[in-house]
Amino acid sequence: MIKLENVTKVYPDGTEAVKDISFEVQKGELCVFLGPSGCGKTTTMKMINRLIPITRGKIYIDGMDNTKIDETELRRNIGYAIQEIGLFTHMTVAQNIETVPALKGWDKAKRRKRAEELLELVRMNPSEFIDKYPNELSGGQRQRVGVARSLGADPPILLMDEPFGAIDPINRVELQSEFLKIQQKIRKTIIFVTHDIYEAIKMGDRIALMKEGRLVQYDTPANLLYRPKDEFVEGFVGADRALKGLQLLRVKDVMTTSPPTIQAKDTLEVVRRRMEHVGIDELPVIESDNSFIGWIRISDLKKGKEIGDVISPLTITLTVNAVLNEALSLMLSSGLKTLPIVDENNKLEGILTFDAIQEELHKAVQTGGS
Amino acid sequence: MVEAWEFVVRRPELLVEWTLAHLHITFVAVGIAIILGVSLGVYITGKGRENIADILLYLAEIAMTIPSLALFGLIILLLGTIWLPTIGFLPAVIALVIYGQLPILRNTYTAIRAVDPAMIEAGRGMGMSETQLLFRVKLPLAIPVIMAGLRNAIVLIIGIATIAAFIGANGLGVPIFRGIRNARMDLIIVGGVSVSILALLVDGLMALVERRITPKGLRIG
Repeated sequence: MIKLENVTKVYPDGTEAVKDISFEVQKGELCVFLGPSGCGKTTTMKMINRLIPITRGKIYIDGMDNTKIDETELRRNIGYAIQEIGLFTHMTVAQNIETVPALKGWDKAKRRKRAEELLELVRMNPSEFIDKYPNELSGGQRQRVGVARSLGADPPILLMDEPFGAIDPINRVELQSEFLKIQQKIRKTIIFVTHDIYEAIKMGDRIALMKEGRLVQYDTPANLLYRPKDEFVEGFVGADRALKGLQLLRVKDVMTTSPPTIQAKDTLEVVRRRMEHVGIDELPVIESDNSFIGWIRISDLKKGKEIGDVISPLTITLTVNAVLNEALSLMLSSGLKTLPIVDENNKLEGILTFDAIQEELHKAVQTGGS
Repeated sequence: MVEAWEFVVRRPELLVEWTLAHLHITFVAVGIAIILGVSLGVYITGKGRENIADILLYLAEIAMTIPSLALFGLIILLLGTIWLPTIGFLPAVIALVIYGQLPILRNTYTAIRAVDPAMIEAGRGMGMSETQLLFRVKLPLAIPVIMAGLRNAIVLIIGIATIAAFIGANGLGVPIFRGIRNARMDLIIVGGVSVSILALLVDGLMALVERRITPKGLRIG
């Protein structure tokens, strides 16, 4: 889909910003350009849509040499989102999103419909926001509109230069997750520039790690973490790479499915025997329809006569698609060593234990993550 | 004051004639000044034209500092050497256009240079041509500042057009000069007050225009 061949950028003053880079990004993949500032990642990205002219080498888009395509035509077919967002403050949200469709000459009704669709996609209520101006939006909302705008004319390729860089960390994590969900649906070929290793691991199908204009390692996040090619990569991913690797795993990969449970109608005597039988001191309680109610701990059994007296109701739950570092931080902040995993109807699907996470961490470091 | 009012009542057709002539000369000069100033202002924001920009802005500043009487005189001399009419409408308009350049040129230049580079990059990155970028992004965003410059220029030109009477152009300067020569206070007051009122009216009108053409998104926040 996107192929770089010996791409080199030398500025008139002689600085070599990008040195002989070659690699390929497959269709539908999200490729992260990662590296410290000044490593040439943004320059490389901008040579793809020719905002920066290439000095040597070739970039092919779908097999076509990009210098052979008309500059504006090329850019209109490549979505573009930048850190500063660059929303046009004199235009409404709709007009912003409709920028490329308008340049392409779509009629008004079609453009409007597309703007509504895209607002839905980035989870903003069209009727509320479509006629607002950028100055009336929060930072997070602006980022969303920026993403929506880059998808304006449904381009097959997206270039995103730290698209979530301008907002606070909490909102950023949320936007990242949302964007991943969107990408599941739209399956664009994406170049995503960031200097944030966490973001890279979370977002990337592949990561191109760059240093001083050179491509150091082009690999999957797992390989980058667990099979670093050299000391620079190892240093860049950091000593806590095992923790970072938690982002690569989801609850469903390590949870215990069909754990021993207690029915809400059981008597305390049954509960006690069951706990002794399985050798676990705390068990989840479910209704007959499998919906999760709470926990019973062995130490609590003496506190009442009915099962209802000894259940600790628990509102903290996780779903199977949560990533492990979310689960871990939830455990740490709540002090719980076991978390119930439920579906959207609160039906128990399994449990996740701290030990399981630890084991997984250990395994990852030992075997190299795959 | 009383005599001045009496004059207005006695010879209203004269006041109308001077005012219309004044407006005529002003509008022609302002029209040319806007077209010239805005296009030059846009032109010098282009890449690699920083030197031209510096020179032009400097020249416009110098022009502003030349006393208007001297500038009129200079233009008469210049026009004379190329066989063009040296008195009346033409030299007056030329001088006024030159005076109007600084606020228009400077504000256009500054406003376009001040457009958030992120917006320009976003526009370019989404496939706008340079012309589209200018008309869809830069100019709309620059409008408030350009308009401020225009209003400045217009008030300035209305005032200085008075002096154009000195080189034979019709307008509200005529009664003023006539009043000075004949010690007629009423004529001086009629001319002076009319110029002020005219400037205020036109400026008010421009304020309305400014409100209308400033994009709504820029009036928020």
